[in-house]
Amino acid sequence: MINKLVFENIKHRWVRTLLSAIVIGVQVTTILTLVGLSRGMLQNSAQRARGVGADIWLKPEGASAFTLSSAQVNEKFTALVSKQPHVKMALGVIIVPVFGFTTMAGVDLNKFVQMSGGFHYLDGGPIEGPDDIIVDNYYQQQNHIKAGQEIKILNHQWRVAGVVEAGKLSHLIASKDRLQELTGNTGRVTQIVVKVDDPKFTNAVIDQLNRLLKGNLKAVSIDELTSIYNINSLPQLKTFINVVIGLSVIVGFLVVFLSMYTAVIERTREIGVLKALGAKPLTIVNILLREALVLAILGSIIGIGLAYGAKALIMTLIPFSLQVVDVPDWWPIAALIAIVGAFLGALYPGVKAAKQDAIEALAYD
Amino acid sequence: MTNDMPIIETRALTKIYHSGDVDVPALRGVDLQVKRGEFLSIVGPSGSGKTTLFHILGGLAAPTHGEVIIDGQNIQQLSDSERTEMRQRKVGFVFQKYNLLPTLTALDNIMMARFLANNHEPLTADFTRILDMLSISQRMSHKPRALSGGEQQRVAIARALVNKPAILLADEPTGNLDTENSNAVLSLLRQLNEETGQTILMITHNPEAAAYGDRIVTMRDGRIVG
Repeated sequence: MINKLVFENIKHRWVRTLLSAIVIGVQVTTILTLVGLSRGMLQNSAQRARGVGADIWLKPEGASAFTLSSAQVNEKFTALVSKQPHVKMALGVIIVPVFGFTTMAGVDLNKFVQMSGGFHYLDGGPIEGPDDIIVDNYYQQQNHIKAGQEIKILNHQWRVAGVVEAGKLSHLIASKDRLQELTGNTGRVTQIVVKVDDPKFTNAVIDQLNRLLKGNLKAVSIDELTSIYNINSLPQLKTFINVVIGLSVIVGFLVVFLSMYTAVIERTREIGVLKALGAKPLTIVNILLREALVLAILGSIIGIGLAYGAKALIMTLIPFSLQVVDVPDWWPIAALIAIVGAFLGALYPGVKAAKQDAIEALAYD
Repeated sequence: MTNDMPIIETRALTKIYHSGDVDVPALRGVDLQVKRGEFLSIVGPSGSGKTTLFHILGGLAAPTHGEVIIDGQNIQQLSDSERTEMRQRKVGFVFQKYNLLPTLTALDNIMMARFLANNHEPLTADFTRILDMLSISQRMSHKPRALSGGEQQRVAIARALVNKPAILLADEPTGNLDTENSNAVLSLLRQLNEETGQTILMITHNPEAAAYGDRIVTMRDGRIVG
């Protein structure tokens, strides 16, 4: 019977119900999109790292996997690494920040093709000259460009030689020499990627390289490198997500508080009637908490739908800048956050209604 | 408990409201006895204390002094929670403004009263007869906004009776109705009283309405004067 009253009340004030649920939904969408973005960006980075085809990555000691800093590694180490037992190929890669979190990679394209197995060209073909650039389909989709077109990056005019399927090293790949020259890093690279002749020797080669390059470079396996591409490895990102969750709880609290507070005032007489009929204070609180629960559940459903919409929008309009993935494992978490906010918001109006004097409530117009 | 015992008894009942530093006496020593099965009308001008008496008898307010015994139970000694339970089982309210829950159908309004009294059984044949007597059996699936004032008040009466209360308290039950509907509601209350032995205490301004009762009590300035 209480559920019937709750649903009828919610149905009766459907505009307010819908608006409240939409605001809660936006809060749920914010959480899901933020987590989806964080995970998407990291997964994309990991996927591109794996796409290189290397077994070992060498970076300056102390450099973070997420560093966007420019070239610090003397390129001569590449030759030294190449000569080590079981090293099939070593390749110097220069990574240059372009804007925001976006980087451009410079490689010796022939060697990179050997290591990675080559590109899948969707348009155009390989780099032919020093000012040619290869872009992936994310960049192409976002910037609406075609092979043969000229683009300006790092204050330099590039010709788009080809558009390739995303997933290898970087969204933007050019000649290493030209990128070194343009950024004043001749003879230096950001990292060295290594392919071993047999994966079973990977750990042995890592140990050997770490002994050899102690104090200069640190070798890690591709598995170790990609394993740290997750939210838990980024305490600042985790804190940021927690702050957004905290804000979401506050927004949910305020929305439901306002909605329930006005509902309690509007329904003063009804609450008086329920009390006259023998409703206990807990029954009144129970009714309002159930209404808040329904709002939170509706909001969560709307929020999950909106999160799909946000993902589609991002992946259509700006797939190069941002990558989002679905995070169904976060649906219950986001819903729980919405429910907690809604419960907190309904609590005070509920207690206020429960404490209302039945006689005054019945006299309310 | 014998049937000779009054179903409602008040002794030296007083109620004082506090408005800032001023004490406002609403009841100044009311002694009243209502017999089981009686239809009592209480009349009096505004401010005479009849609504305060209605609230105290219904367990909605506590008296300042004096005793109130409803169906053998001294409600002065009851906690808030026990008074709530008393309202569920022993008292049925009918208000001037009907006070039906607007989002529920007529039937659900009735069932809500039953639910709040922890009664989850289906409606009895006796109660179905009451619905027939009130001529609302065919209107049970309608929400209050689809019912006329007279129909809403008859649903409110049915709701008040669904838990077989010891007393039915009606506060100006015809105050919002036209003459035709007023007469219909009052005749129904009379018929209910005669056919089911339901004790009814009705508060009214209207002497014609009061005349439907077995007995009329007049209040003035917080006292019974006749």
